[in-house]
This record gives sequence, structure tokens and C-alpha cells, in this order.
Amino acid sequence: MTRENPADLLPELCVLGTAVTGLLTGSFLPRTRQWIVAVLCGTGLVAGLVTAGLAARRADLTTFDAFMLDPLTHVTRIVVTAATLLVIGLAAGPLRGHRRESEFHTLLMLAALGTIVLGAASDLLVLVAAYLLAGIPGYVLAGFGKDAPGTEAALKYYLMGAFLGILMLAGVTLLFGLGRGTSYETLAAGLGTAPGGAVAVGVVLLLAGLMFKAGAVPAHFWVPDVTEGAPRVVAAFVTTVPKIGAFAALYRFAVQALPPGRDDWPLLVAVIAAATMTLGNLAAFAQRNVRRLLAYSTIGQAGYLLVPIAMAGRTDLAEPALLFYLAGYAVTNLGAFAAVIAVGRDDLLAYTGLARRSPLLAVSLVVCLLGLVGTPPTAVFVGKLLIFGAALDGHYTWLAVAAAVNSVASVFYYLRWIVPMMRRRDGGGERRPAPSARWIAYAAAGGSLVLGIGAGIPLAIG
Amino acid sequence: MLSLVIFLPLAAALGLCAVPAPGARTVVWTWIVACAADLALVIALWIGHGNGGGISYEEKVRWIPSVRAAYHIGVDGLSLPLLALTALLFLVCAIYSLRRPPQVRAFAVLFLFLQTVSSGLFAALDLLLFFVFFDLSIVGMYFVIAGWGHGDRTRSALKFFLYTFLGSLALLLGFIGLYLGAEPHTFDMVELTRTPALAGSPGLAGLVLLAIGLGLAIKTPAVPFHTWLPPAHTDAPAAGSAILAGILLKMGTYGLIRIAMPMLPDAWRRYAWAIIILGLVSVLYGALVAFAQEDLKRLIAYTSVNHMGYIVLALGAAGAAGEQAARRLAVTGAVTQMVSHGLITGALFLLSGVLYDRAHGYDMGRFGGLARAAPVFSGLVALGAFASLGLPGLSGFIAEFQIFTGVIGGGGPGLVVAGALAIPGILITAALFLRLLHRAVLGPPGELTSQVTDVRRSELAAVAPLLALSAAIGVAPRFLLDVIEPVSSAVVALVAR
Repeated sequence: MTRENPADLLPELCVLGTAVTGLLTGSFLPRTRQWIVAVLCGTGLVAGLVTAGLAARRADLTTFDAFMLDPLTHVTRIVVTAATLLVIGLAAGPLRGHRRESEFHTLLMLAALGTIVLGAASDLLVLVAAYLLAGIPGYVLAGFGKDAPGTEAALKYYLMGAFLGILMLAGVTLLFGLGRGTSYETLAAGLGTAPGGAVAVGVVLLLAGLMFKAGAVPAHFWVPDVTEGAPRVVAAFVTTVPKIGAFAALYRFAVQALPPGRDDWPLLVAVIAAATMTLGNLAAFAQRNVRRLLAYSTIGQAGYLLVPIAMAGRTDLAEPALLFYLAGYAVTNLGAFAAVIAVGRDDLLAYTGLARRSPLLAVSLVVCLLGLVGTPPTAVFVGKLLIFGAALDGHYTWLAVAAAVNSVASVFYYLRWIVPMMRRRDGGGERRPAPSARWIAYAAAGGSLVLGIGAGIPLAIG
Repeated sequence: MLSLVIFLPLAAALGLCAVPAPGARTVVWTWIVACAADLALVIALWIGHGNGGGISYEEKVRWIPSVRAAYHIGVDGLSLPLLALTALLFLVCAIYSLRRPPQVRAFAVLFLFLQTVSSGLFAALDLLLFFVFFDLSIVGMYFVIAGWGHGDRTRSALKFFLYTFLGSLALLLGFIGLYLGAEPHTFDMVELTRTPALAGSPGLAGLVLLAIGLGLAIKTPAVPFHTWLPPAHTDAPAAGSAILAGILLKMGTYGLIRIAMPMLPDAWRRYAWAIIILGLVSVLYGALVAFAQEDLKRLIAYTSVNHMGYIVLALGAAGAAGEQAARRLAVTGAVTQMVSHGLITGALFLLSGVLYDRAHGYDMGRFGGLARAAPVFSGLVALGAFASLGLPGLSGFIAEFQIFTGVIGGGGPGLVVAGALAIPGILITAALFLRLLHRAVLGPPGELTSQVTDVRRSELAAVAPLLALSAAIGVAPRFLLDVIEPVSSAVVALVAR
């Protein structure tokens, strides 16, 4: 008997409800009081976070035949709502009194909703719908500034998204035909007897869309341009939040939809992972713009995140590794972007002397950047530890070694950013960094440390 | 109590951060007081521990239960001498810094942070905890070199960071290998020592030893992984060099005794000869290259490679077949050498800092006749040099004598040859230190000699305790050896399993 209880989707309904209410309220509010919409969205996200937290204590179940409620979904919900909450906090400064402030928040909420559904869907058709819901608001947000770089970013983002989305749709069609169904349960049963080559083609086509969302090679071309061209707050959002859903969806597909015993999946994903981390890290070397640097760093991070996807089902460490790394990555990456928003400048030279101008902000940024390297005791360190463990336990030693070598290489470009901060000269960033972004940078750096030191608690629960 | 020893410096650092704009004097004195209190606590730990064999002051709190990692600390005869060395050397650096480096608050905070990290590493009984401290030591030292160094400091610091970070990640992979090889999976050092992981699969154990050995050899550093060391030392501030050579290098050899030997006994025995050769090459290469140096700091840096090579050699010999008593002697000598090298090299680097402070150069050829210009300074340099070359009556002799007796006494022609080959290392070191004294301290005055004034009180107060303790160990080593010996027999027994 199918379970169809709307209460199971309470966190999603909270997000959707505030998105709709926000849009309606925003239409009737004068421009000076549009901040009410931001508060409304924030409240909705807090409600979503609380209900998601409460739901996480229940046993696993499937609802509406297409929506799995398991640790993967719970963590996706919690991380996405928390990360979106941070983004709304970041937006408080730059968007206060903007002409389209309420639209911005509504789009943000819809993209977050799409991301959660992406991670929770256990049916290919819902997956496609979620892909679109998570994507289209993102395209609009990328061009939100209505300037030339923003338009270029939006166009590039949209064209790639549409193209790879169509490939994904073709993959879904193929898998539907081969597996005689779209739900993961049916697929797992049906694909086992289907011709292997055709299944492989279908899976690769499906991967195209999800790799685009994850920002992995070879679908990564949008990442640097969007990160550089879109408004900074949007850059922080699109390099962090949609990825969470994409990786959850990839993991879920690997574990639940692929028939057990296929050994081409780990190899395929492992190769993509190695390529992604290597390319991201090497391309970041020469960047002089911190946003492009962070963009390539997120590509590198996507490479590490693909490691547990490749090891899905091969080791018990894969799921905690993925979930913990996602949470750690989200808070650390947002922290770095918060520091960029607080300083308000993009060129590396503007960070010269930051340690003197605002020591606490500099320390937060250093914690976040070293966190992205994977220095203990930050959250990403624990994630990396689990990822290395998963790769070694899954007998992919070369992948663990590749990830380790890449981590060392990544130190180089993060240090290129850190070193000028300690110089005496003044690079002339903003005199008074934006207060809300500054506080969020502190909070994110602290959160990254707390999550790393207190790693035992979430891991024990999850 | 042990946690207090570890985190007291960090608490002092946070306190310094919290106070708005303290005066430079207040900062340095707070720093000195915190270090002195920490040293007193360590001495109390030492007295409380006595000469027993087991682990005392054990504390265990669950950290990441799902991977069975814990905040597990404790001390034994191996960690106590190193903890004491850490506390003393950091105190001495604080006293030395009464000369007030620029941005003294940040400097003090970094050193206090490094002290917490180093003490934590020597007390850690969990691989993951060990790794956390190991990695943080790199980060802390990076900022010391990049922030307060001279010369091409950014480049040296970057090289140091990248090289040792690569080592630390190799170490991490090795630790994960140990974790996965243990049944049930655990990071706990005590459990891993009790039942060695991977006992049934020699190939995997060899790979894990390779990963761990690579990580620790880079940190030690053993030739050919030493190339980060000379630039890092040359461009670091004097106190930074003292800590880097005195404490951070010990992390490598400490890891070998604490982790590699007891947890992978089979592999250690099988590859003992590779380790012996690595040590031998470090001894000879370090000494020869040091002999060719004109730059005082590079010279001391290369003698560190030489001195750490003796330790690696001794530990390798402890894994080769041979007389039990001799192998014990070798391990005891290795631990004594760690302490002795920390004291002597710390003193020598601080003394070279005095020279840089006065004349902004390390080039030996430009000094000369310092004995007349700065008699006390010259006396200290001479004492340090003699201690470093292993003159009887000083700690270096006690350590190296035990190492050589242990290696050669192990029996077997191979070990005798290895020991005999290492002895020229001592000769070369003696020659190079005598040449140093001859050129810089004696002889006609050089072009920079006129700028050198004698040591100030704070500098004397920093260097004298180190050399005095070296002499004390040289004359009456029992207090140190009594603590170490139970551990070395335990380690030798564990390796022989």
C-alpha cells in the first residue's frame, strides 16, 4: 500500500509555502519594506530545518512512491536549508532595498526546494523535475545583476544546463525502456537482465545532467564564469547548494537503482573524480581573481566528493564520507565566500594586509581556506579522512593517492591567497567590511571547527 | 592533569588574543609565565610517573565513535623526556623573545599554539589525534617562517609546507591502512600495539609501512627527503629554527618508535636493512654537506640531518636480528639522542640568531676573532659545538656512544660494517665544528666582527639552561636513562614479536 502522507514532506512544504507567500507578499510591499520577505523566507527555512531535524529521528520509509526518507534525504534537507539560511544572511547587506529583493529570495527558496527534491527523489521522472526546479531559478539568479558579465554567466549556465538536461532526459528515456519503469526499485530489478551496453549508455547520459549540477568534469565549464560573473551572493549559492542535491542524487542512484554487481560504475566515476580534482586544482593555480580561484577550488572539491560516489555500495564508509563531506564543504565554502563578500573585492591584491585591517575576518578566511585544504581539526578534514578510508577500503588505492596528491597541490593556491593577508602593506579593500557578511564568515569558520572537533556526534546519529 | 599541560599554552594564547591591545612587555611576560607553569607541570608529571614501564596519566574521551577514534592521551618513558624538552625549549624561546620581535602578540600566540600542538603530539595515544597535531604543527610553523623569517621566506615557507604536507598525507593514508587492517577497525594506538594489524598480509603491511615511513622520513628528515630543511631553517627566525629543529623534527623519529615499530613489527624487521641504509646515508651525507657550508645556519641544519640519521640508524638496527641487550641500548641511545639534539641544536640556532641580530648575516667567512669581541658568546658557541660533535661529558656523547655500542654490539657482520661506516660521520662533524670555531671564533677579526656585541642577559638566560642541561645529562645521565630504559626494552620486545 502506497504511503501518501503530506506530513512526511513537511520541510519541503515549509520551503515551498514561504516561497509562494514571499512572492505574494513581496508584490504588495513597498520597496523599502521588502526585507519582510527575507525575514519570512528565513523563518520558513528555520521551520524547514527544525522539521527536517525532527523527521531525521524516524525510521526509513518511502512516501508518494518517489520520495525516500532516509539519512541521505535527512542530511540533504538539513544541509540545504542551513546553507540557504546562511546565503539569505549574506544577501542581507548587498540586497537591502534592491528593486527585486523579494524575487531574489523567492528564487533562492525554489532552487533550494529543487535541490532537496533532487537528493530525495527515488524515481527518474521526479529526478528530472527536480533538476529543472533546482536549475531554472539558478539561471535567473546568475543574471540577476542585469550587467554584461552576469548576462554572459546566465546564458552560459542556461545553455549548458539545457543541453545536458536534454541528454539526461534521453538517458532517462533509455533507462525507462530498458528497466520497464522509472522508480529505482523497478530499475534495480529490471536493469539486471537488460543488455549491458545499452544500460551503460543510459547511465552515462543520465550522469551528464547530474555532473552538470555537481560541477564535475567535463560539465564544469559554467562554474568559473558563473562564479565570476554573477553577483557574489549568487555565486556563493550556486557553487554550494545545488551540488549537495546532485551528489545525494548520484549516490542514491548508484545504491538504489543500479543492479548490484556492476563493476563499470566505480571505475567510470573514479576516473571522472580523478580528472575533476586534478583539473580543478591545476586550473586554480594561475588565478588572480579570488572568485575564479574559489570556482576552480569548488571543482576540485567536487572531485573529492565523487570518490564516495564511486565507492557507493563497496564500503560502509562511503555514505558517512559523502554526507559529512557535504556538510563540511557547504559551511566552509560559504565561509570563504562570506569573507569575499565582506571584503567586497575580487582581486588577490585587495587582500593584502587584511590581517591588520580586520584580524578576525582574516583568521576566519584562513580557517576556511585551510579547511578546504583539509587541515585538521576542521570539518572537511574529517570528511577527507572518511573519503580516503572509503577509497582504500573499496580497494581503489590509486584514487586515494590521487586525492592525497591533489590535496597537496591545492595548498599552493590557497596559500597564494593567505600569504598577502599577512603583509604589512594595505591592499585597500573596503574600510568597513559589510557587517552581516563578516559575522557569517566568523560563524562559518567557527562552525567548520565545531563540526570537525565535534564530528563524533553527527556521525554517531547518522 | 595531562590535558592541562597540553592546553595551558593554548588557553594563554586565547587569553592574549582576548585582551585588547596589551603592551609588548605584558605579552612577553605572560608568555614566559605560561611556559614556566607548563614546565613545572611537566616536571610534576615526571616525578609522578617515576621509572615504571606503563602508561600513566591516561585520559580517554570518545571523539568520533563511528570510526573508533578517541581523545586518548597518556605518557610513558618515551613521551615524558620529549614533553619535558618541549616545555623547556618553548620556555627558552619565550625568554629569548624578551628582545621583542615585531608584532610580538601574534608571535607569542603562534608559539603558544605550537607548544600545545607539540605537547599534544607527544602525549597522543590515538592515531587520528596524533595526525591532527602533526598536521597543525606544519601550519603553525608555516606562519612562523612566512611571517617572521628573513631572506626568501615566502618561498622557503611554501616549500616547507608543501613538502611536509605531502608527508603528512602519506602518513594519513598509512594510518587509514592500519585502521582498516585492524580487527575490529580502530585508531587506538594501545590496541593497535597490543594486536598488530595486518599480521596476516605481509604485502599490505609493507605498503602501510612505506606510507608511514615516507611521512615520518620527510619530517625527520632522512636523506633524500631533506631538501625542505635547509631553506626553512635558513629563513626562519632564530626561535622558529630552534623549535623546528628541536621539537618538530623529533615528531618524525618519535612516530617511528611509537607507531611504526610496535604496530608493524614484521614489516619493520623485514625492511630493517632499508631503514639502516637510510640512516647511514643521512649520517654521511648530512655530515659531508654540512662540511661544505659557508652559511652558519645551513651548516647547523645539515648537522641536524646527520644527527637525526643516527637515530634512524639505531632504530633500524633495533629491528635487525641481534643481541637483545644491544638492541635495547640502541633504542635508548636513539631516545637520548632526540633529547640531546633538541637541547644542543636549539642552543646553536638561538646563538646564530644572536649573530644575525647584530650583523644580519650568517656567513662564517665574514666573521672572525669573535672570542675577543664577544667572549661569553664565543664560549657558548664553543660549548654548543663540542656538545654537538659528541665530546664526552656532554649529552651528545652519551647518546651517540649508546647508539654505536647498540648497533655494533648487535652482532652480525652487517651491523658491524654499518656501525663502522657511520663512525666517519662523527669525524666529519668534529672537523666541521672545529673549522667553524677556527674561522669564526678565533683568528683575525672579519669584516662583520666589529658589529658583534656580546650576548645580552635575556639571550644568556635562554641559551645557558640548554647547554647546562646537556652537560648535566653528559655527566649524570641516570635520571634520563632510568625513564627511557623500560620503554626501550618494551619496544624491542614488541618488535621481536
